[in-house]
Amino acid sequence: MLDLNTSLAIRLNDLVVGFGDKIVIDHLALDVVAGEIFGLVGASGGGKSVLLRAILGLVPKRQGRIEIFGVDRDSANPHDLQELERRWGVLYQQGALFSSLSVFQNIEFPMREYLDLSPRTMREVATAKLEMVGLAPEDGDKLPATLSGGMTKRVALARALALDPQIVFLDEPTSGLDPIAAGEFDALIRTLHQTLKITVFMITHDLESLRTVCDRIAALADGKIAAIGSMGAMFESEHPWVRSYFRGDRGRSLLRRAAS
Amino acid sequence: MKPEALIEFKQGADGLEIVGSGAWTAANAGRLDALVEAAPRREERHVKFDMARVREFDTYGAWLLERLLRSCGKDLVSPQGLPDRFRALFDKVHETNRRGVSPGIRRNWLLGGVEKIGRSTEGAAEDAVRYVAAIGAFATALGEILLNPRRLRFTSLVYQLDRVGLRSVPIIVLITLLIGAIIAQQGIFHFRRFGAGDYVVDLIGILVLREIGVLIVSIMVAGRSGSSYTAELGSMKMREEIDALRTMGRNPIEVLVLPRVAALVLALPLLTFIGSMAALYGGALVAWFYGGMDPGIFASRLSEAVSISDFEVGMIKSPFMALVIGIVACVEGLKVKGSAESLGAQTTTSVVKSIFSVIVMDGLFAMFFSAIGM
Ligand SMILES: Nc1ncnc2c1ncn2[C@@H]1O[C@H](COP(=O)(O)OP(=O)(O)OP(=O)(O)O)[C@@H](O)[C@H]1O
Ligand SMILES: [Mg+2]
Repeated sequence: MLDLNTSLAIRLNDLVVGFGDKIVIDHLALDVVAGEIFGLVGASGGGKSVLLRAILGLVPKRQGRIEIFGVDRDSANPHDLQELERRWGVLYQQGALFSSLSVFQNIEFPMREYLDLSPRTMREVATAKLEMVGLAPEDGDKLPATLSGGMTKRVALARALALDPQIVFLDEPTSGLDPIAAGEFDALIRTLHQTLKITVFMITHDLESLRTVCDRIAALADGKIAAIGSMGAMFESEHPWVRSYFRGDRGRSLLRRAAS
Repeated sequence: MKPEALIEFKQGADGLEIVGSGAWTAANAGRLDALVEAAPRREERHVKFDMARVREFDTYGAWLLERLLRSCGKDLVSPQGLPDRFRALFDKVHETNRRGVSPGIRRNWLLGGVEKIGRSTEGAAEDAVRYVAAIGAFATALGEILLNPRRLRFTSLVYQLDRVGLRSVPIIVLITLLIGAIIAQQGIFHFRRFGAGDYVVDLIGILVLREIGVLIVSIMVAGRSGSSYTAELGSMKMREEIDALRTMGRNPIEVLVLPRVAALVLALPLLTFIGSMAALYGGALVAWFYGGMDPGIFASRLSEAVSISDFEVGMIKSPFMALVIGIVACVEGLKVKGSAESLGAQTTTSVVKSIFSVIVMDGLFAMFFSAIGM
C-alpha cells in the first residue's frame, strides 16, 4: 500500500544487480528518509546510474528488496504502481527530453497523461514550473535540440516536477554546468525542496553541491555503501576510496574554504 | 463516496466570502479548475478569503488560487488564513505567469495553405541546391580517393558490402523468383488463347533482363538498405557524431558516405544479376510445371529470344540506380534535425524519393537505349 506518511522514502535491502557475470551492485542496503536531500557519490562507472535504474525498475535486480514509500514492486498491485509512478519524478543524466515535443509540451506531457485539466490550466502551470526552474516563458516554445546544456537540465527538472512528485531522482543534475549555473541549480533544488517538501535522491560528482545542498551523503564503492552520513562523516571515513575522494586535493581545498 | 468540497462561495451582507478546504493538489486539480472557472465574475470590492481549512497544497492548488485572486482583481492581497507551511510555495507561484500566456498564433486556413505551397517551393529549391552540393562533395571525395587509393576505407567498404550485398541475397532471390513465376504464369495463360504459349519465353527473357530485374532489385534495395543508411546517418547527425568527425578533421562524406555508396554501386549489379537469374529460373519452373515446356526447350528458346544487348541494358543501368539510391539516402540522412520525428520523416522521404528517382531514371534509360538502338 502506498504510504506517503512513512518516514522512509526508499528502503533497499540486500540488493544485487549485475549484467552477465559482472556484479555491479553487490548486496547493498540503504535507507532514504522522507523529506531529506540525499546525495550519492561514487567512482565513474561505479554503478550509481545502475542503482538508480534498478530503484526505478528499469533494470532487473537479481536479488533483494526495493521499497519506495512502502511499495514493493514485486508484490504491489497495478494500481499502487501507477500511484507510485505518479509520485516520482526523474531527471535522467542525458535529460531524455522528448525530442519532437516543444519545451511546454514536454512539461505538459505527464499532466496530459495523469490529470484531467483544461489546456489553459496546463499551459499556465507549465509556465509556472518553467519560471520556477529559472527559465523564461519564451523558452517554452523551443524544441529540445535548440536548448543549451544547462537549459536542457532545467527543462528536464521542470518535467520531473510536473506532477508535484513526492520524490525526485536526479542523475548528475549539475554536471556540465558552469560553477555559477551549478550553484544556481543547487540553490534551486534547495528552494524547491523547501517549498514543495519533496524528498530528493541525487547522484552527483560535485563536491560543492554535496556540501551545500545534501542533508546526507552515501558513497558507493565496489557495489556497496562504503560510508554514509553527513559531510563530516565523509571526511572521517577510513575507506580508501572515500578518503581519496573527499581528502584528495579538491576535497581538501573545499574543506579549507568551508572552514574559512 | 461524495468528493469533499474544495471551495465554497458565500454571499454575505458585506461581500463575497471564498472558503477553501480539503486537498488543493494535482489529484483534485481538474475539479478545482472547473470550480475556479465557475467563480462569480464580479469585481468585488469586498472579497474575503478563508483558506485555513486547506489540508494539502501543491503547485496546482497554488496556481489555481493565484488565478482566483487575480480574477478578483486582488492581485496584491494575500489569501487570508493560508496555513504558514504553504506560504513559501504560494509566494513562489505568485511570481510566475506575470507576462501572460503566449497565445498560439492562429492562422487563416487559406493563408496557411498558400504559405505551405510557398514553403514547399522554397524547400524544393533548397533541396536542389543541397543535392548538387552533395554530388559535388561526393565527386571531390571520390577524386581524392582515386588519386590516393590508400585513403579508401577498405574495412568499412567490405562491411557495407556484406550488409547491403550478401545479406540481401536471400530475400532478393525469393522475391524475384516469385515475380518471374507470376509473369510466366500470366504469359502462358493469356498467350495460349492465341496458340502462342511458347512466346512466354521471349516475354520473360526480355522483360526480366531489360527491365524487371533491375527495377525490382533497385526498389528492394532502396527499401532495405537506403532506409537503413538514412536512419544511421540521421541518428549520427542527431547525436552530433557527424560534427565530432568533422572536428577531428575527417570529411564525413569520405568516411561515411563514400563507403556506403560505393558498396551499393558494387553490390547492385551483382544483385541485379542474381535477381534476373532467379526470375528466369522461376519462369522456367512455371513453364515446366504449368505450361508443360521442357527446361531444355525453355533454355534453347531463351537463347534465341534474347540477345546479349538485352542483358547489357539491364546491367548498365544498375550502377546508376545504386548511385541514385545511395546519394538520396545519405543526403536525406544528413538532413535530419534534432528530433526523433524528423528522423522518421527523413527516412520515409528517402525511400519515397529514391524509388521515384529509380523509376524516372529507368524511363530516361528506356528512351536513351531505344534512341541508340539497343
Ligand atoms: N545495460 C548495461 N549492460 C551492461 N553493462 C552495463 C549496462 N549499464 C551499465 N553497465 C555497466 O555498469 C557499470 C556501472 O555503470 P553506471 O552507468 O551505473 O556508472 P555510473 O556510476 O553512473 O558512472 P558515471 O558517474 O560515469 O555516470 C559500468 O561498468 C557499465 O559499463
Ligand atoms: Mg551515471
